[in-house]
Amino acid sequence: MSRAEKMEQVGEIMGNVFDIDMPPISESTSAEDIEEWDSLHHIRLIVAIERRYKVRFSNPEVESMNNIGDLINLIEQKLGR
Amino acid sequence: MLTNLEWLPPPPIDFRSRLKVLRAEAAGSLQARFLERLTALAATALDESQLTQLAGIARLLGARAEAVHGLSNVTLGLAGDGTLSLCVAPLVGSGFRHGLRLDVVEGQYNSAVQEATDPVSCMHLAGLDFVLVASDLRLLGLDRAATSPGDADAKVAEAFGRLRLIADGLRRSVKSSILVQTVVPPLEALFGSFDRLHPGSPFAMVAALNRRIADWASEGAVVVVDIARLAADVGLETWHAPHHWHASKLPFDPMLVPLYADVVARTVAAVLGKARKCLVLDLDNTLWGGVIGDDGLAGIKLGQGSASGEAFVAVQQMALELRSRGIVLAVCSKNEEDAARQPFRDHPDMVLREDHIAVFQANWTDKAANLRAIAETLNIGVDALVFLDDNPAERLQVRDALPMVAVPELPNDPSLYPRMLAAGGYFEAVAFSDEDRERASYYQANAQRAQALSSSGDLDAYLASLEMVCSIGRVDALTRPRVAQLINKSNQFNLTTRRYSESQVEAIERNPARHAIQIRLVDRFGDNGIISVIIADKANDTWTIDTWLMSCRVLGRRVPEAALNHLVAAAKAEGARWIIGRYIPSPKNRMVANHYESLGFIEIQAGSAETLWRLDLEAYAGASSLPMQIDDGALAAPKVPV
Repeated sequence: MSRAEKMEQVGEIMGNVFDIDMPPISESTSAEDIEEWDSLHHIRLIVAIERRYKVRFSNPEVESMNNIGDLINLIEQKLGR
Repeated sequence: MLTNLEWLPPPPIDFRSRLKVLRAEAAGSLQARFLERLTALAATALDESQLTQLAGIARLLGARAEAVHGLSNVTLGLAGDGTLSLCVAPLVGSGFRHGLRLDVVEGQYNSAVQEATDPVSCMHLAGLDFVLVASDLRLLGLDRAATSPGDADAKVAEAFGRLRLIADGLRRSVKSSILVQTVVPPLEALFGSFDRLHPGSPFAMVAALNRRIADWASEGAVVVVDIARLAADVGLETWHAPHHWHASKLPFDPMLVPLYADVVARTVAAVLGKARKCLVLDLDNTLWGGVIGDDGLAGIKLGQGSASGEAFVAVQQMALELRSRGIVLAVCSKNEEDAARQPFRDHPDMVLREDHIAVFQANWTDKAANLRAIAETLNIGVDALVFLDDNPAERLQVRDALPMVAVPELPNDPSLYPRMLAAGGYFEAVAFSDEDRERASYYQANAQRAQALSSSGDLDAYLASLEMVCSIGRVDALTRPRVAQLINKSNQFNLTTRRYSESQVEAIERNPARHAIQIRLVDRFGDNGIISVIIADKANDTWTIDTWLMSCRVLGRRVPEAALNHLVAAAKAEGARWIIGRYIPSPKNRMVANHYESLGFIEIQAGSAETLWRLDLEAYAGASSLPMQIDDGALAAPKVPV
């Protein structure tokens, strides 16, 4: 699966978690760009990502994420590619 | 299995578009079968995001002027330790599986004690029906070992005292029950096996606290939600997520939120009397291996030392156990009736016998039609049925035709059928009375009465043949629980749909200005138990009926006439000249719109909100020769309670 496809998937997950029609996202999209993305929704987003990709993030990993690009990097790392 | 809610089918691919349609209707005008479509969508294995999206519909429905017929509006407070926010919306979404439109009021973070003791806190002002007290061992201080047995006792007492403070503080602002979670023990042992013996270990202290919570619930003060057991069922290793606790004070792994929410929702539903009442069983490959019509008695797999045979025996055993705690059993099978009944009669390894089955539908008609017939015969709603069938196509047909029937998924291996059925929690109960114990027999007897009626042509002859004994008595401590249950559950034969808690019923009993009676009916087929409750307010020369309800099990037996005979006698004995009856229409009680008219009352005031009726006691002739023996124990003056 290409990075672009992953980006689309993550966008879809975000749409479900935040319950909005997501605008297009990019590598640099972060919590500052999306109003609904508060601390509670951040936890829910991480949980939804963990469930979808069947991975687990540690606290240091979660804390190291600043934007979508970082998130996708971590997912790819966990999935072994 | 539990974590992924596998007893529920997966959500439809078009979940989001179905959701959008329901949302639009909830905000605008409800189309046909709205509740069925909503329930069908909710009764799938939704994840936390999907439950949250579904929760939005609850808010929209709450803003409507009229409640949705079939959905109970419930305000649930959530008070406790740690970050509970993640559970709020999923709780609301899960409510729709159980006939609830939930409004969840979340307490301030870690402020349960303050909110309980501050009389004008949000919790007190929220109009709560229920509150759930969710505590965590880490915030109760029980994660640190005690230094001595005395210290252990003190720590447990302090933790329990905190729960009591919260419950007692909130009690006057909670209309129905206070739900208290048991505390989940830690995964990590301090010593190992010795933890169980050492009173100061966190493990032992949590066990001691949970025992106290159970005792507290046994006294009737609170209702237990056994989250400690739920955590054990999924495994503490799965339950505990220390990194989530450290980062955000989440008390358990957030992937368990949908399971947790369903367990809480089903408990609230159980308190409201909305748990399921009847288990309908398919036969072939559900209660035995193989097809009886093809394989014959000797060919079906049941018992006899074979693995699958033993598995099916266990399924039957589970059904029998459920029956002994009051769940009614029925059969719904595509078979020739004789073939279907043969194993019940003749197979040595059958655990279930014909006597255990209240309604036996074996024919070639579609199952949905049969399920409707079963519900009608038992006089319960289809939303009280659980249908167990190994065949996915049959399950699909029933779910499509009757979304209100609970149809659990079943795995391929029959060894796991009992586990899957239990996982659904369909028959959750918060109390167990003698009435419950006997319920299966009541329904069975009722089905027999239905058969007797259809075979006798003459109604009066039929009624006389029932040899009914009608016992009228005051409501008292012994009868109060059943009376309160009827008051809260009766919707159809209920003139005013007034709801009273048990403590309110107690106050009514003690009030000399009120006359409260319960009526019990026994007949040739069995004891129906208490089936009617009447409460009247006494004024100088007029008694006004506040509550008149009756169980639909005994319609057409002329019990209301017997009840009126009593009321007139009691009122006249105290010098009254009139009895006023009040009918308050509701979506469910249209059947009693003419109740007072049929009893000879005259309408004195009509209105859309209520109608008033009056009976002149002097002119009352009394119901002539009722086909029953009357034992009236409520006419003498009541003893003053000591």
